[in-house]
Amino acid sequence: MSAAEIRVPIESDQDIVSARQAGRTLAIEFGLSGVDATFIATAISELARNILAYARKGEIMLRAIHGSGRRGILVVASDRGPGIRDIQQALRDGFSTSGSLGLGLPGVRRLMDEFEIESRPGRGTTVSVKKWKQ
Amino acid sequence: MEVPILKQGEFLIAMFQAALSDADLENLRRGLLQQVVRFRSRGVIVDVTAMDVMDSFASRTLREIAHMIRLRGAETVIVGIQPEVAFAMVQLGLTLEGVSTALDLEEGLAYLIEKSKIAD
Repeated sequence: MSAAEIRVPIESDQDIVSARQAGRTLAIEFGLSGVDATFIATAISELARNILAYARKGEIMLRAIHGSGRRGILVVASDRGPGIRDIQQALRDGFSTSGSLGLGLPGVRRLMDEFEIESRPGRGTTVSVKKWKQ
Repeated sequence: MEVPILKQGEFLIAMFQAALSDADLENLRRGLLQQVVRFRSRGVIVDVTAMDVMDSFASRTLREIAHMIRLRGAETVIVGIQPEVAFAMVQLGLTLEGVSTALDLEEGLAYLIEKSKIAD
């Protein structure tokens, strides 16, 4: 049982803005609070930024979801970039390989309720995060 | 999208919009520094009331703006960070260390006026 999906291609800095606006709008429409919508929009901004910084292009997929009587928002950021060699390291605070920008994965994890990452060197990275209505 | 920069006496006021791209932020950084030099401004207020997301790039750019303007001998104050934006920034681990902040435009102006009195 899932509502419509929104897919935002990420290829430029303007797409980061489009993706996070789409996320905020979907969250508000689905009844999440302003704080949650801001958390979701901020997480999308960082995930889209990682796509641009490391893979140059990719996609943000957004979907309103239901699960055990709750409603929430699923965000999937995917790319076919170089992948992350050491995921454990990438999940530690303060780690970034592209200067001070990008890969704020520990922060994204704190903003959201559920966090999953799959990455294969040379194949790409997929980060799936969920925020449930409080 | 261009960020309007208003001149108010010896201060400049930049009003951020909601949907600023990275390129817009970089243009603003350049524009503000040019105007601070041109008008020999004593202080800058950056009003982010309309900003709904403050991510790593936006906060880094704000820090850089404040530091560059300080090197010119002027002060910067960021005003209007929304409560939920502040909450998200803390969760994300972003700080605006070394950058002055105030509640709103009015308090920001009062802060700059006080600062420039001390400097005189």
